Amino acid sequence: MTLFEIESLTYRFNRITALDGLSMTIPAGTRIGLLGANGSGKSTLLRILDGLYFAESGVVRFLGDALTEARFGDNEFAYGFRRRVGMLFQNPDAQLFNATVFDEVAFGPLQLRWSAADVRARVMDTLERLRLAHLEHRVPQRLSGGEKKRVALASVLVMDPEVLLLDEPTDALDPRSQSQLIDLLMGWADGSKSVITATHHLGILGDIADRCFVLDRGRLVADRTPADILQDEDLLDRTNLIHVHRHRHDEGHVHSHPHLHGL
Amino acid sequence: MSGNVRPRGGFAERTVNGLLEAMERAMLAETNAAGTGWLQRLDPRVKLAGLLSLVTAVAMSHRAEVIAALFGVGIAIAIASRLPLSTLLSGVSLATVAFSSALALPAIFLTPGRTVGTVPVVGWTITAQGLTTAGYLVLRVAATTTLGFLLVFSTRWAHVLKALRAFRVPVVFVVILGMTYRYILLLLEAARDMFDARRSRTVGPLAGRERRRLVTQGAGVLLAKSLHLSGEVFLAMQARGFRGEVYLLDDFVMARTDWIALASCAGVALAAVWAGR
Repeated sequence: MTLFEIESLTYRFNRITALDGLSMTIPAGTRIGLLGANGSGKSTLLRILDGLYFAESGVVRFLGDALTEARFGDNEFAYGFRRRVGMLFQNPDAQLFNATVFDEVAFGPLQLRWSAADVRARVMDTLERLRLAHLEHRVPQRLSGGEKKRVALASVLVMDPEVLLLDEPTDALDPRSQSQLIDLLMGWADGSKSVITATHHLGILGDIADRCFVLDRGRLVADRTPADILQDEDLLDRTNLIHVHRHRHDEGHVHSHPHLHGL
Repeated sequence: MSGNVRPRGGFAERTVNGLLEAMERAMLAETNAAGTGWLQRLDPRVKLAGLLSLVTAVAMSHRAEVIAALFGVGIAIAIASRLPLSTLLSGVSLATVAFSSALALPAIFLTPGRTVGTVPVVGWTITAQGLTTAGYLVLRVAATTTLGFLLVFSTRWAHVLKALRAFRVPVVFVVILGMTYRYILLLLEAARDMFDARRSRTVGPLAGRERRRLVTQGAGVLLAKSLHLSGEVFLAMQARGFRGEVYLLDDFVMARTDWIALASCAGVALAAVWAGR
């Protein structure tokens, strides 16, 4: 079953082209890695897939429904879509705007008009699952960067969406929190959720994605498995995902060559 | 933050730090709101309507002793609700000094009437009517801000917003109010970070002109940042299903004590308007 179908999608910010004639198909139940350097259009694409921005030209369909501004004017469709698709923003400060962590996580379920008992139970369950229960009464703006990111993730996971759009989810996380998140993403390899993760961290790609799209200046330049992508040094170099710099080897020699970090 | 030792900085920096402390006090209000005082036990709609009726009475009263009595009622409610009096009074005095004195001072000299004195050197005349007008203004500001603080300090912000919606206040207004509250702390922190970043790259005091240029430039950058981040916050709210309406876990239910409190506030307000004619 096709989850998202994108045909000739173009999107511009003022006069800057963020996405340029993009076409791709995303099947349901897969974990997709959206790879690209800064400014390649990953975040913009995620926002379009989440119905927050709308295609300037071209078509984006979710389970056959075109995602247009008019379609989101229909409350029934909008609530149904928000129930099924959740998005984690790159900047957690944008996602945290309530007085306490509990309120923050409860915000989404309340908008979807779940019963009070359901909301309380789901919020506490999610906080415990992400080891955040001790922060329940804290002010989100006063948390550390990593804690903010985890609370933002909890605010999405609490709704148990079928589709997750994750924008740089491992940014600002300490190594332990990173591996917890990667464990979570690996758990969805069974097809129980569709996960689209935008990242420029090559080190986690093999664990979080079954298929990988590489974007470069708003265009799709590769659609392959993570293993294939990681072996294509030329592609990674062309798309600014690896770079040449000087570093020290064990023997004490210092020299420059392109290489991958974190693998 | 109040315990931290920070350099005093310039006027703009001190103002931002002062506002940040005020916002932290507002965050503390969420804790006060969970308390068990008299106001905290009331339905937010009753608090909103009751305190608004008292504010209206302050605005309509023409006798200083009546306005002072309403100010006293506000203080009595704060004590009964176990709200931090020192925080309340410092907020009230800040509002009184910062906002009303700028308006009240000129009135002392500009209002025509019987002369009661003259300012030495400049020779400005002080009139009795001018003193009365200024006194009323300061008293009214003190009384209304006290009543306003009672609402903010005893009610969770989300409940205030939902109560506004219960009184059919338009969604757009409630959304803007909610966004302002959610965003202002981030904005102030961004401003403070900018000042810190600038200080880390500055050696020695800057000339007045340079300081003014940096403050103006900083204000522009901050505005651009705030526009960007407020847009992001709104998108994040939409992404979680926000359509403008305020939904809460707690449903508002009017109890007998709520009706009594509402009737009491309305009664005091009507009596004050009658006595203050």
